Amino acid sequence: MTTQAPSSSSSGAASPGQSMEPQARLDLYRTMVLCRTYEEAILREYHADKGPGFDIGKGLIPGEMHLSAGQEPVAAGVCAHLTADDAITAAHRPHHLAIAHGVDLRAMTAEIFGRVDGLGKGRGGHMHLFDPATHFSCSGIVAEGFPAALGQAFAFRRRKTDRVAVAVAGEGAANAGAFHEALNLAALWALPVVFVVEDNDWGISVPRDLSTAVDSNAVRATAYGIPGERVEDNDVDAVHEAARPMVARARAGEGPSLLEVHTLRLWGHFEGDAQGYRPDREKVHEDDPIPIYEKRLRDAGVLDDELVQQAAADATTKVEDAIEFAKASAVPDPSTATDYVFA
Amino acid sequence: MTITETPQGTRRLTTSKAMVEAIDQEMARDESVFYMGEDVGAYGGIFSSTTGLLDKYGPGRIIDTPISETGFIGLGIGAAVEGMRPIVELMFADFMGVCLDQIYNHMAKIHFESGGNVTVPMVLTTAVGGGYSDGAQHSQCLWGTFAHLPGMKVVVPSNPADAKGLMTSAIRDDNPVVYLFHKGVMGLPWMAKNRRSTDEVPEGEHVVPIGEAKVVRPGSDVTVVTLSLSVHHSLDVADKLAEDGVDTEVIDLRSLVPLDRDTVLESVRKTGRLVVVDEDYLSYGVSGEIVATVAETDPGMLRAPAQRVAVPDVPIPYAHDLEYTVLPRQDRIERAIRAVL
Repeated sequence: MTTQAPSSSSSGAASPGQSMEPQARLDLYRTMVLCRTYEEAILREYHADKGPGFDIGKGLIPGEMHLSAGQEPVAAGVCAHLTADDAITAAHRPHHLAIAHGVDLRAMTAEIFGRVDGLGKGRGGHMHLFDPATHFSCSGIVAEGFPAALGQAFAFRRRKTDRVAVAVAGEGAANAGAFHEALNLAALWALPVVFVVEDNDWGISVPRDLSTAVDSNAVRATAYGIPGERVEDNDVDAVHEAARPMVARARAGEGPSLLEVHTLRLWGHFEGDAQGYRPDREKVHEDDPIPIYEKRLRDAGVLDDELVQQAAADATTKVEDAIEFAKASAVPDPSTATDYVFA
Repeated sequence: MTITETPQGTRRLTTSKAMVEAIDQEMARDESVFYMGEDVGAYGGIFSSTTGLLDKYGPGRIIDTPISETGFIGLGIGAAVEGMRPIVELMFADFMGVCLDQIYNHMAKIHFESGGNVTVPMVLTTAVGGGYSDGAQHSQCLWGTFAHLPGMKVVVPSNPADAKGLMTSAIRDDNPVVYLFHKGVMGLPWMAKNRRSTDEVPEGEHVVPIGEAKVVRPGSDVTVVTLSLSVHHSLDVADKLAEDGVDTEVIDLRSLVPLDRDTVLESVRKTGRLVVVDEDYLSYGVSGEIVATVAETDPGMLRAPAQRVAVPDVPIPYAHDLEYTVLPRQDRIERAIRAVL
């Protein structure tokens, strides 16, 4: 078993993107833009008809809504190493991961709108997206999505494939038992899993230094004898670079790894969260990873005005098509409310 | 009838051996079946649920796990989602508390939440029941709790042939199936056992459909609806009362989800008298569900108020005499039957 001391990257080190092909970086940028464009559109549609005031159960998109703006570097950087044959389990904030993994935007959006053409025919909602075509799933229970990834990895290995499973959740999940049970089992049986912790500093309103006994969850990898790394900046190039050997290790049958990314929750825990507890809420946009990456790629000659506009236009076209599709899909017939309990 | 395939013959087996035989036959038939749990390898299962299987199938398919129920039950779910057919053992049903989220929020809900696009063909086996002074955390039945939560089928065999037939069905089912085996019916050499825990079992393929109750003793005076070890206690009482001219019909529910309400109603319509015997807790459980089924259909079919014999709402006590006071044993069953006559 490979044991490796946890390490961390920081902005002081050489930029990991410098060794990457320009096209690969352009793809990362486009993926992040698509994720953000999607969340902005869901934000618009979600709030369009919640009034007067704010009624969470009202409107075309009812219920809790956890949007992922700011966390795009994790999704883009990790998923770039995966194919649709690999599995991802996500948590309650899943859209960026679903998009980056290639879940069909139309079916996903129809599910968020609670329509019959949705991934779950309106039974799941935005925290319960299941796409067998890309082996994507999520769970609304913090940390409890980790164990299923072990089973997918187990099945992939039993079938003698090199497919991997990626389990993603926030830093709050790393304090829950399911996380630790999953790491122990995956390490014990050398399962092809990559664990990814999205540290966005906040467990709803509780800052990570009031919830977590260690500065880096990557050090917890040591307890299970597996490689662990924390990416300190919310930098897609760095995430991409850190995830590469972890996915490769899993594919090679050498076992699991743990990646933590210090990312950013640009918006509230859920829509409607006024974030009064958050001292940085006025200037958080300054750390928005997408403009920062855009500038870096412009400086490197990878991006120009035309490519930026093209990325935005492509994303808008895809997202608005998905929104239109969702709105045109029928609402489920109430007479089918008890369907699908059993196969 | 329960036997859907013509068997080559029968032999007398304990319930545990019959259960293992079904697992063995299905593992031989289907490469995607594997068995995972604590002490299921070299030990063969604390309650002999996997005896001999490690030697035959090896550690790749008969898998000892750490004490990590959330981890390995979740692993079973993920493997099932990818098309394998895991059998995962929770050593005692009492341990559901450490892994219930995986069971009821994941195993039982994924098919529904996916709008039917994902199936979870998994069997969760678990030992239930008391009667041997194992105390409040190792003696519960809890089948009513599993059955209350939607999305999992629940089967509770009471005898060797059904243990085999229901296991075969559970493994082949495309839904999660919770398979609860009572320690007192397994025929274990180290625990008091009912004489019926060793009985005739069909050789070869044997399938008992999930969702079909069985009239295990036809009668005309009173209906006893029961399951698991209590079936045997009820049959003991029925034999005794027959000497007094009381003709007792005993129904073994065998499945709780789906529940065969028709068989219950048909019997109560005939006898007009109902006793429900359930080793689970009294309130909010199986016994209330059976009485409600009659009340919702036609309360007029009862010629006397129904009686429920269950564990009064108290944790299972340790001391033998206390435990036997709260368990639905023969004495309490007989009193209840006499009360409705």
